[in-house]
Amino acid sequence: MTTQVKNRLNVEVNGIAIDCGTDARVLDAIRSAGFDVPTLCYDERVGPQGTCRMCLVDVEVNGQMQQVAACTAFASEEMRVETHSDSITDYRKTILEMLLSETSSPTNCPKCVSFKKCELHTAAEEYDAKWDAFPSLVVREKAKDDNPFIQRDYDYCISCFRCTNICNDWEQAGAITVEGRGQENSIATFFNNKLLESPCTFCGQCINTCPTGALTDKKIVGTTKAENLERTKSICPYCGVGCGIHLLTEDGQLKGTEPDFDSPSRGSLCVKGQFASWEFVKSDERLKYPLIKENGSFRRASWDEALNLVTERFTSIRDDSGPDSLVCWSSARTVTEANYLMQKFARIGIGTNNIDNCSRT
Amino acid sequence: MAVMVGKGAMTNSIEELAGTDLLLVVGSNTTEAHPVISLRMKRAVKNGAKLIVIDPRKIELTKWATRHLQINIGTDIPLFNAFAHVMIKEGLYDREYVEHRTEGFDELAKHVEFYTPEYAAEICGVPAEDIIATAREYAAASGKAAICYTLGITEHSCGSHNVQSVANLGMLGGNFGKPNAGVNPLRGQNNVQGASDSGALPTDLPGYQKVERPGVREKFEKAWGADLPKRRGITKITAMDQMLRGKVKGVYIMGENTVISDPNTNHAQAALEATDFIVVQDIFMTDTAKLADVVLPAASFAESDGTFANSERRVQRVRPAIKPVGESRTDVDILLDLMKRFGVVQNLNSSSDVWDEMRQLAPIFTGITYDRLDSEGGIQWPCPTEDHPGTQFLHEDEMDSGMPGYFAPVDHIPPAEPTDSEYPLILTTGRRRSTYHTGTQTGRATGFELLVPSELAEINPFDAEQMELVDGQKVTVSSRRGSVEVPIKITDRSPHGTIFMSFAFPELTQTNRLTSDAYDFITETPEFKACAIRIDTIEASPPPTD
Repeated sequence: MTTQVKNRLNVEVNGIAIDCGTDARVLDAIRSAGFDVPTLCYDERVGPQGTCRMCLVDVEVNGQMQQVAACTAFASEEMRVETHSDSITDYRKTILEMLLSETSSPTNCPKCVSFKKCELHTAAEEYDAKWDAFPSLVVREKAKDDNPFIQRDYDYCISCFRCTNICNDWEQAGAITVEGRGQENSIATFFNNKLLESPCTFCGQCINTCPTGALTDKKIVGTTKAENLERTKSICPYCGVGCGIHLLTEDGQLKGTEPDFDSPSRGSLCVKGQFASWEFVKSDERLKYPLIKENGSFRRASWDEALNLVTERFTSIRDDSGPDSLVCWSSARTVTEANYLMQKFARIGIGTNNIDNCSRT
Repeated sequence: MAVMVGKGAMTNSIEELAGTDLLLVVGSNTTEAHPVISLRMKRAVKNGAKLIVIDPRKIELTKWATRHLQINIGTDIPLFNAFAHVMIKEGLYDREYVEHRTEGFDELAKHVEFYTPEYAAEICGVPAEDIIATAREYAAASGKAAICYTLGITEHSCGSHNVQSVANLGMLGGNFGKPNAGVNPLRGQNNVQGASDSGALPTDLPGYQKVERPGVREKFEKAWGADLPKRRGITKITAMDQMLRGKVKGVYIMGENTVISDPNTNHAQAALEATDFIVVQDIFMTDTAKLADVVLPAASFAESDGTFANSERRVQRVRPAIKPVGESRTDVDILLDLMKRFGVVQNLNSSSDVWDEMRQLAPIFTGITYDRLDSEGGIQWPCPTEDHPGTQFLHEDEMDSGMPGYFAPVDHIPPAEPTDSEYPLILTTGRRRSTYHTGTQTGRATGFELLVPSELAEINPFDAEQMELVDGQKVTVSSRRGSVEVPIKITDRSPHGTIFMSFAFPELTQTNRLTSDAYDFITETPEFKACAIRIDTIEASPPPTD
């Protein structure tokens, strides 16, 4: 038998024919056909775990029917996928109800209340899964950890292990691990130390991958209402990596930031981008009006007054000593457009090429 | 690097680092200074790549390294020359690549003949076997070996020669113009790339078009409807010297805390104080703003519309989420207003208008529009036309300069200020993960005081024992230019004889009162990475007055 090398696979998802790459998983095929299934233990950056079983789907290959976890199973030629058969839908609902029985009430979920509906409760709503369908199990305890960054409400933990996977596999920080077995398991630092005493770098990736309200940004949680929150796509103001962030606002007030998973940084941030990219904006020490120095101390001035003084003094220095007696230093911290204007101002406003930026320092 | 192959920017993309066979990281404390780039490096190691870290300090990244070459500070050139020596002597360089894409190989070969691994080992303080092994491994990964460097290479008085010796190696390995390879300077600040891209340079108009190249000035004069100055301008370093000599009388500083971030604080402050008129445009009353005659309140990034260009040449949109606080205004607004007062006639009303004018004048950005940035996300320059996808890696078919890559034979130049009996230790400065630059922003984030509470002078356990210092003890660190008080931290991250400090806590410890104002004679980048200092215990001897 000869085997042909094919670049694409023909797959059918819920009756829709698509083609996908030979290394595609069933989940990729489902999503590229425009469908979706809940994936509570899946983060594309660390790859499939196949433990939550929520993405189980019916597939038919060569007349053989089977159920596979869409995140782990590879797509194959002529595969037919059905994502929402009655039996699978019932099955998902049951799993969700079992997961919900391990957690505190959905109405108080910190993520749903302060940020946006979490993945667990989104799925529960979609599949009409009830919190009290099963007798409530003893929920996990909230972690007693007074770090100022990461809130750990383990009464919402469903043991998906996305946090430990992102910490150990993606960040490779090795700060948190799974402790205990079965129903007794919990997420902990080694020797149950506080996070501040662990190798945690506070990159915040555990918060951002958590599909429930078990891990949240302590600086923001409780200060916002999910239904009022608006998101503006921007870029982290720190280093030259340029990670994508969302600025969170409520009624025109800045409330915090979140990573932007659709940017090339794929949701990654470091401690600065995650926890230090917005408070300075709201600082009381921000300069709020122009200042002019008189007799050694500053006094408040109007924009007209301040800009006229700059114009007058710069013009007089230029007229007395020539344009090259003035210099403009531009900024690696502000937008490119402002830098462009600064060099144009130096060159044709003043008439000098004495324009530099802080790239050397 | 620009003189050798065209442009000084990351040749390749951040994501590509995960797919390399070998990573050579030199003078870059990546996990702390560029944490998210370090994720791709760690991923590469997980995928089986070799990671060779070249750094005087035992930085965190060495935990993932297959080899750490702990070189003496400021000895990069002999090391890279010795790599070249081994590759040439053993015939391991990419012959075809060198023949087709480069010039000056014979001169380089002759030049590095002298730099045997044994000779370099003596200067650099690393074993000759490690130098030979590294050169062989780099050669074996030809075409899929990436070099990353940061300020540990450039912030030396021989910084541009350091870069050239690194680029020599890149060309010998045939690593320019290929995916998962290249020679990659990782840029420090969010928009340091954009600031240079936009022509805020004394020698370049927007898009790296040289002021002094025939035809360039005329093109901008026509577009702007004004005469342009003919001679190149002066850098910040030169300007500060000229302030002290009374030749520069006025300065406009936008968004920079010069006094704290520049070397030799006392010198920088004296220079600014010698001028007649200072304008500072910033979001906080920084130490630099305090010296100003006029302070203009600027809007922060969260209130501004525009673009940042990142380290991999990717132009990305920054969008306002809130209104500027108080009466503050965006940098773009302020400058448009000011230019009107200076009689500049232009039909620009928004960041979008400004970008459009710039992209029409700078071919590397012409194809990048705000509409595309909104719908496609960030785009990497060069992007000459609107149907061009942007450039993931440079130099693919030919060097970006349109010329061959020129090898640059360079020699070892030791740091400008050697240690002596009075100042027996070396101070090297850099960043820590949880603080940033002068601390204007991270200093205002709650909780960060728990991560690094203050400036710390990191010292090797052996040195600490010799000087009878204990962890946390406050000492006086002095150089020929000034002195500061700082608690010490005993750690084997610092090599013997070397102290490390950042400069993020200026209220208590102004590290740059110590640093030297020696600088690279080509780029005028200051030598932040090495100056001679001494440590005195505070009880034992009072700090010298300066």
